[in-house]
Amino acid sequence: MFEELYKQMAQSIIEGEKETAIELAQKSIELGIPPLDAITNGFVVGVNYIGDLFGKGEAFLPELVMAGEAMKAAVAVLEPELLKLGEAREMMGRVVLATVEGDIHEIGKTLVGTMLSASGFEVVDLGVDQPAEKIIGKALEIDAQLIGLSALLTTTMVRQREVIEELDKEGLRPRIKVMVGGAPITREWAEKIKADGTSEDAVGAVQLAKKLVGKD
Amino acid sequence: MQPKLTLLSEDLIPRILEEAYQLMLKPGVKVLNAEARKLLAEAGAQVDEETFVVKIPEQIVHKALETIPRQFHLYDYEGNPRVQYGDDAVHFDPGSSGVTILDPDTFEHKTTETHDLIKLIKVAEQIPQYDAQSTAVVCDDVPKDLHDLYRLYLVMLYSKKPIVTGAFTNTTVHHMIEMLAIFAGGREQLREKPRAIFDVCPSPPLIWSNFGAGNLIALARAGVPAEIVSMPLAGAAAPVTLLGAVTQHAAECLSGITIHQLAKPGSPIVWGGAPAIFDMRKGGTPMGAVETAMIDSSYAQVGKSLGLPTHAYLGTTESKVLDMQAGLESGMGALIGALSGINMISGAGMLDSLLCQSPEKLVIDAEGIAMAKRMIAGMKVHTETLATGFYDNNINFKGGDFLKQKITMQLFRKEQHIPSSVIDRDSIRGWKEAGGLDTFGRAKLRVKELLASYTPPVLDPVKVERLHAFVFDLAHKAGMDTLPAHELAPATP
Repeated sequence: MFEELYKQMAQSIIEGEKETAIELAQKSIELGIPPLDAITNGFVVGVNYIGDLFGKGEAFLPELVMAGEAMKAAVAVLEPELLKLGEAREMMGRVVLATVEGDIHEIGKTLVGTMLSASGFEVVDLGVDQPAEKIIGKALEIDAQLIGLSALLTTTMVRQREVIEELDKEGLRPRIKVMVGGAPITREWAEKIKADGTSEDAVGAVQLAKKLVGKD
Repeated sequence: MQPKLTLLSEDLIPRILEEAYQLMLKPGVKVLNAEARKLLAEAGAQVDEETFVVKIPEQIVHKALETIPRQFHLYDYEGNPRVQYGDDAVHFDPGSSGVTILDPDTFEHKTTETHDLIKLIKVAEQIPQYDAQSTAVVCDDVPKDLHDLYRLYLVMLYSKKPIVTGAFTNTTVHHMIEMLAIFAGGREQLREKPRAIFDVCPSPPLIWSNFGAGNLIALARAGVPAEIVSMPLAGAAAPVTLLGAVTQHAAECLSGITIHQLAKPGSPIVWGGAPAIFDMRKGGTPMGAVETAMIDSSYAQVGKSLGLPTHAYLGTTESKVLDMQAGLESGMGALIGALSGINMISGAGMLDSLLCQSPEKLVIDAEGIAMAKRMIAGMKVHTETLATGFYDNNINFKGGDFLKQKITMQLFRKEQHIPSSVIDRDSIRGWKEAGGLDTFGRAKLRVKELLASYTPPVLDPVKVERLHAFVFDLAHKAGMDTLPAHELAPATP
């Protein structure tokens, strides 16, 4: 019965219209639409659509980022309502993201964070230049199922291995899975350092993350 | 601001024109068409009926230059203006009159037939970088008498774009004008909104053949645009110096324009060419040589100084396959042509010194052309402040900050040309996963996609019927019972 509104919600995400997405989220609360329905039938449809287009090379990074930002904003409006109702959006999983120690590049990682949040993951992004112990500490603190490690430089990508070795030493795997990414990262590298997976882009990273938490 | 390349200093242009006028008196211009000689004689030129050499005084040329339109358009099937001749407008079309096509699997240069031309038309029709079609290759499966008009016939059936074409005889030019008139709805309508322009070639040095001059006269009288394709070969059929070739080019064009305007003042005509340096090792005409492009750029500058619309053959190569040489020569040529503000740049798709066409090269060249067009679109001021307005309160000193700005989404397509799948910008991993293809491999895929996505134009069936009937009648006269089969051929001829 709210088909038209759901369509507008999806459209607001596709167009990356954050303000419109917020307004539509508020409107859905006023109309008494269950927040989960608004997310699932409305906003998520938009995120999936733009993600598909991006995968086909027909949408571009600015559109993907704007869609992710609009999604985050809409969910932020709906979340307090979910809590009030004692419900929760099905949380896909908790993820800690970081760029490894010695590396300060993070455009790709931030993009992955945006897309993961938009897809229902709870994301803690530690930022750049993060040592292994800090990343692992945060993962334990929030009971994360996933760690995402970014590196742009061939000189810092070895740090991804350090984090994985540290996790292994402390017996934290396979409880915590690790995905690695960054320009120089190949599938061969991911296998070599015993990571659980890698992806070429942010849309692929969401698929990978879903797979690793068993929700694909 | 459209960036411009100008190779000639201000003082050189009057010297070139001055010497071109001198050439038209001494040695004069050889005119092998009786009607053209008559027109020139009546206007006051000195004609030697023994040698057919005509000495054309400057005043006659000046008069012709006064009546030429400075600007005109070519129209698509629906009558929308699509190509602007004049000023610094820049358009590209596939090169024409090829006789072979590159087989993408065997690398053989095969003699072209009906299905090859149709393939080229289908590909060019869907690529926005080509503002016009050309009658790209001759079809060997029809008799010689039909070669020129049959190409036009196929383009008219399979395309809606404007057409760069040309006739091979003084008879067929009339047939081709008639074919265009059928689609335009009459001779007068064709004159008002011409869809095609005809290339007309003088023969170097300083010769107007019977057929070349005859075509100029026929086109002028029909009011259908003519494009002079003057071809000085520097070092063989023209002086070895680039400036000498530019000067001979000017004399050939000025004499052609004079014949044309004497036949019908005010008819549209273009200052164009396909010059080349002469290769001193192989005796060839390297269309991809930088000196060739320098001649083109310079004669265009001379034409522009006279306020005339311009054309050139650029963006092509001597290479026989789609390799680095093909890429670098074609790309540089396209860029030089665009920066010279040449109105119509022909040559895309061609290999082997304009002999061989290739659909795969058409899709690759389209990317070079897109780059050249982006270049001449220039540096644009899109925003009130150049940068400061972008640094709002949401700036976190992070690399991705600007990706989150709405203005990035709004403007990135205006600032960046988004290349087709022919251009690889992937990571090594993405590239490997996509098959690890080189440019040629990606171009082959793109051609397959375009051939699959092509849909025939919706044309007035009555006009199509008349066109079929007209061409079939000529085919019968040329000794053919039927024309080659193809998907848009009439069911019952």
